[in-house]
Amino acid sequence: MRLDSLYQDVIMDHYRRRSGHGLREPFTAESCQVNPTCGDEIRLRVAVDGQGRIADVSYEAAGCAISQASASVLHDAVCGLPQSEAMIIESAFHALMQSRGTDAGDPEVLGDAVAFAGVSRYPARVKCALLPWMALKDALHRSEGISR
Amino acid sequence: MITATGLDVAAVRADFPILSRRVRDNQPLVYLDSAATAQKPRVVLDAERRFYEEVNAAVHRGAHALAEEATDAYEEARQRIATFVGGHPEQCVLVRNATEALNLLAYAFSNATALAGAGRVAAREAGFDGDPRLVLGPGRSIVVSELEHHANLVPWQQAAAKTGATLRWLPITPTGRLDLSDLDRIITRDTAVVSITAQSNVTGAITPLVPIVERARAVGAFIFLDACQAVPNSPVDVAGLGVDALCWSGHKMCGPTGIGVLWARAELLAAMPPFLSGGSMIDTVEMTRATFALPPQRFEAGTPLTAQAIGLAAAAQYLDGIGMARIADHERHLTACALAGIAELPEVRVIGPTDLVDRGGVVSVIVDGVHAHDVGQVLDDRGVAVRVGHHCAWPLNRRLGIAASTRASFYLYNDEDDVAAFVAGLAAAVSYFRGR
Ligand SMILES: Cc1ncc(COP(=O)(O)O)c(C=O)c1O
Repeated sequence: MRLDSLYQDVIMDHYRRRSGHGLREPFTAESCQVNPTCGDEIRLRVAVDGQGRIADVSYEAAGCAISQASASVLHDAVCGLPQSEAMIIESAFHALMQSRGTDAGDPEVLGDAVAFAGVSRYPARVKCALLPWMALKDALHRSEGISR
Repeated sequence: MITATGLDVAAVRADFPILSRRVRDNQPLVYLDSAATAQKPRVVLDAERRFYEEVNAAVHRGAHALAEEATDAYEEARQRIATFVGGHPEQCVLVRNATEALNLLAYAFSNATALAGAGRVAAREAGFDGDPRLVLGPGRSIVVSELEHHANLVPWQQAAAKTGATLRWLPITPTGRLDLSDLDRIITRDTAVVSITAQSNVTGAITPLVPIVERARAVGAFIFLDACQAVPNSPVDVAGLGVDALCWSGHKMCGPTGIGVLWARAELLAAMPPFLSGGSMIDTVEMTRATFALPPQRFEAGTPLTAQAIGLAAAAQYLDGIGMARIADHERHLTACALAGIAELPEVRVIGPTDLVDRGGVVSVIVDGVHAHDVGQVLDDRGVAVRVGHHCAWPLNRRLGIAASTRASFYLYNDEDDVAAFVAGLAAAVSYFRGR
């Protein structure tokens, strides 16, 4: 069924029990993103430690199952990683979302995030999945600006 | 099926080629997004094609045979479009869409204000005779409402910012209707213009115009109507409304994209300075100055939207052939069916009036615990096209405390089966997301 390939179990599980949800202190930088077509919003914070490692990602978000699950998967994927490695996942996820259903995604790099492969077939939903990742990228960017 | 109101929906559907399309693994298309844009009957497509194949030439410019015929076709189209709302062709300016028409109106105020500051002679040279009612500034106000589409809000925010005028708005009730209890305190002697929606594209509420028009008149303010959701769906007669201007988009009434209409009283059109300038809107041009054509040409700079106007005239002819009152009745019937079906679903809440009093054919809903995007996805999976999101009325959503909603909108080519598909899709969304 088409719906099940979009809303895979991994996505529904994350949607039901969002990892890392809520805004926490301390944090190094924060980013707010909105999806202007539907009004979905996310406020996401990163805490980057002295070694450039992402100690925590916390967020508050209002939106659909896809965007909520994406934030939760993001949290699990990047917490504890060096920023540079998080950005590798971010670009792999971005590429997967732009693939229009032609790419299944590399589970070695993406982990649970490969479950979003089906989303790429629905251009209107790609933004939902990308919103938290756009917030992450922006927050890390800001955090670099702050630490410099 | 012929409805109680005498509309033969099967015959109507046969006029719209796209309605026989299949989507998402060969399911029949159920198109419930006409409030965003309506589908086009073959007569509209044919009229545009015929124009390009047989007549095409630049309008109001050449002297050759085709140029004459194209000019006649364009002006006849204007006439036909004006007749659709009971107006005179000289009072109908053809623009790209309602958004452009509303900008034309809002810019009339900010341009007039800037020109008034430049002095009487400069203002006259730029096409503004100095009508003080168009001049804004601190101490004057613009009034809109919380129901507005962004198209009838943002241009007025801009006009207020450029002139120092205050933007005020009529609030709404919890059921998404205009709240007029403070009308006299919101529209006051300092109000220069009231610009208001005729019918909400989210809640379907129809604006009670009489008290608003009376109040605007009493304080000497202009009153404008965003009739995007009214003209395509019900009989509209500009003469009886008492407003100074009214606009709508052709694409929502089965016409082509890229054509909208601004109807305005002759006296207002004569007072407003030009909006866009260039060719076609001038009388004479010298190196440092120009004089301007009379309205409506004064507001139609550049090569006009010719084939689009001809397509829209064909749409007007088509809808009048069916009868706007009959179409309104039909939409009312479908809305009643939808509201009754939704009432059976405890998880689904209607955003807007749940009765049929002063209410148009859009039904927006919230499904408890399921985001509108996800509801729309389930409907789309069943071939049902609806709109999800804030419907370009973000402040309204905020005011109602909702992030997004799912909207079905009905038109002449929809039938009871379409409504049933919508209601069944909502029930399916509930069980899909709640059941897992
Ligand atoms: C009430 C209302 N006003 C204005 C508009 C703007 O119309 P357009 O985008 O065609 O300019 C719309 C349509 O989206 C509408 O529903």
